[in-house]
Amino acid sequence: MIQIKDLHKSYQMGSNSLHVLKGINFDVKEGELVSIMGSSGSGKSTLLNVLGMLDEADEGSYILDGVPIRNLNEKVAARYRNKFLGFIFQSFNLINYKSALDNVALPLYYQGMKRHERIEKAEYYLEKVGLAEWSHHLPNELSGGQKQRVAIARALASEPKVLLADEPTGALDSVTSYEVMDLIQGINDEGKTILIVTHEPDIAQMTKRIVNLKDGIIIDDSQVKQIRAKVHV
Amino acid sequence: MFNIERWQEIFQTLSKNKLRTVLTGISVASGIFIFIVLLGFSSGVQNGVKAQFAGDATNKISVRTRVTTKQYKGLNPNRRIQLKNEDFENISNIYGDYLEYKSGGYSNWGAQLVYKKESGNFSVRGVHPDFQFIENAIISEGRFVNQGDIEDSRKVIVVSNKAKTELFKGENPIGEMVSIYGINFKVVGVYADPGGEREESQVYIPISSAQIAFNGADNLRDMSFTVAMSDDFDDTVELSKNLIASIDNDIKTKYTIAPNDRAAVRIDNTLEKAQKIYSLSNIIEAVFWFVGIGTIIAGIVSVGNIMIIIVKERTKEIGIRKALGAEPLSIIFMILQESIFVTMFSGLFGLIMGLGLLEFIGPTIENEFIKYPQVDFNTALITVFILVAAGTLAGFIPAYRAAKIKPIVALRDE
Repeated sequence: MIQIKDLHKSYQMGSNSLHVLKGINFDVKEGELVSIMGSSGSGKSTLLNVLGMLDEADEGSYILDGVPIRNLNEKVAARYRNKFLGFIFQSFNLINYKSALDNVALPLYYQGMKRHERIEKAEYYLEKVGLAEWSHHLPNELSGGQKQRVAIARALASEPKVLLADEPTGALDSVTSYEVMDLIQGINDEGKTILIVTHEPDIAQMTKRIVNLKDGIIIDDSQVKQIRAKVHV
Repeated sequence: MFNIERWQEIFQTLSKNKLRTVLTGISVASGIFIFIVLLGFSSGVQNGVKAQFAGDATNKISVRTRVTTKQYKGLNPNRRIQLKNEDFENISNIYGDYLEYKSGGYSNWGAQLVYKKESGNFSVRGVHPDFQFIENAIISEGRFVNQGDIEDSRKVIVVSNKAKTELFKGENPIGEMVSIYGINFKVVGVYADPGGEREESQVYIPISSAQIAFNGADNLRDMSFTVAMSDDFDDTVELSKNLIASIDNDIKTKYTIAPNDRAAVRIDNTLEKAQKIYSLSNIIEAVFWFVGIGTIIAGIVSVGNIMIIIVKERTKEIGIRKALGAEPLSIIFMILQESIFVTMFSGLFGLIMGLGLLEFIGPTIENEFIKYPQVDFNTALITVFILVAAGTLAGFIPAYRAAKIKPIVALRDE
């Protein structure tokens, strides 16, 4: 599903150049649930941004579902994001003046779907994350865990190839974190490829594979025995 | 532009952000509102100025003679120059083609009119029939002085509304006799002057009768004419200036007056005065336009300002939209369409408010210099469209900047 070869990325900080990714090589197969770990500054978020086409690599190749991702203009990048990827953020990033339902329907609007189809599909995914009766509430009327569920529903609504989650439990307490992880595991069980950036070992243990990043290089990449979040709930 | 999905999206955004929408709307609406009111009052001032000249014909030329002030061809200064009937006839004959109405005048400025036990001071003016039109006198009862009165030197009098109220206590004065210096005159008409009371302090008798009654022989105190108006105002002003120069020259030649003796022959021209005041009112209009356009520019700048703030405030939202697959063009259209809709809607609202104010307040304004303030609806509509176009332009820069926002920057957690 994802093939990355020799990926480099540096940031220009005034006169200094900060080399963040120093040659990353890794593949993700369809249906995997991968966590990317590392301390802050290890380059894990940068890697996720490159994977999410929110940022571009300086060197190396990135192939997503057989499509080489390079020299993207804004328009094509936007289209690929919409078609291939679903994002889940630490701070949820819901649009605060739109109801839960409209937030979930938004990526479908950019796919050019008709309103009634959008609403129907958004309702289906809201139900899937267990928030059917909250569909007309605004984000600020929801708890943190509920907001993240809305964000997950939104990421799923466009039926992407890959879900990218950046510290999805970073703003949540541990009980809520496990509930969200339970939901993510369930989605993965249905066959969706998911990448999670986290610095919490217990969250990483709930994935099937841990990639450890340090100073822009992968120092460890191993399959783990998945701990079901259900155990903690 | 006519994508219904996009409109739904925009209406939702606008209605969920009421304060922002209302603020933008107010700045546009008040700009248009002030502009319309200013334009209305500028036209009110023009109407008011025009009304100032309603009392007299605006194309009036009046000729008077006084004493000479300069020595000329061996003649001493301080000679009294006396206009005669023949001067009036000469001028009427020579310049007849260019003159519309002509009248000589022989006045007694303060004569006592007596009717039964009532009396009052009026200035009694001997005139030709044309004087009715020169003075814009409106006959409300009976008739004005006519040619027959002059030929037969009839002792008839046309009194003003004011005299009717004061002497006749409002009763019908036609056919009654009033006496001036013991001479009885028969009332044949009553007139009203649109210029008001001041101009109604005169009463009119035939010029020949006045000359007899006041021992005037064939003397004239003054002469009044109106210049035949052509379609072009400036042409008429030019014609009246030439006429004045010729008449001035004729009189000075005949009575041997120094050509540069300005005091001996006085010729007044209301047309030139009118032209000066009209040009003043044009300046006032220009000032109103200047201020109005300034207001609109301020409105546009504030729309642009608000758009920049909106884009700043929505940076995160735009980042989210882009992460979810919004193309840059769709972001530009979203911001622009919103700004066009808001400026158009509130612009029309301000327009209607302004026109409404002029419609309701306009007729109640009681001021000599402001009358019937109003605005041509097309002018108003054009200004709204100019504002919308400019508002779009003002909105484009922030919209373009919004489209350039990198989602990674917008979504960075603070």
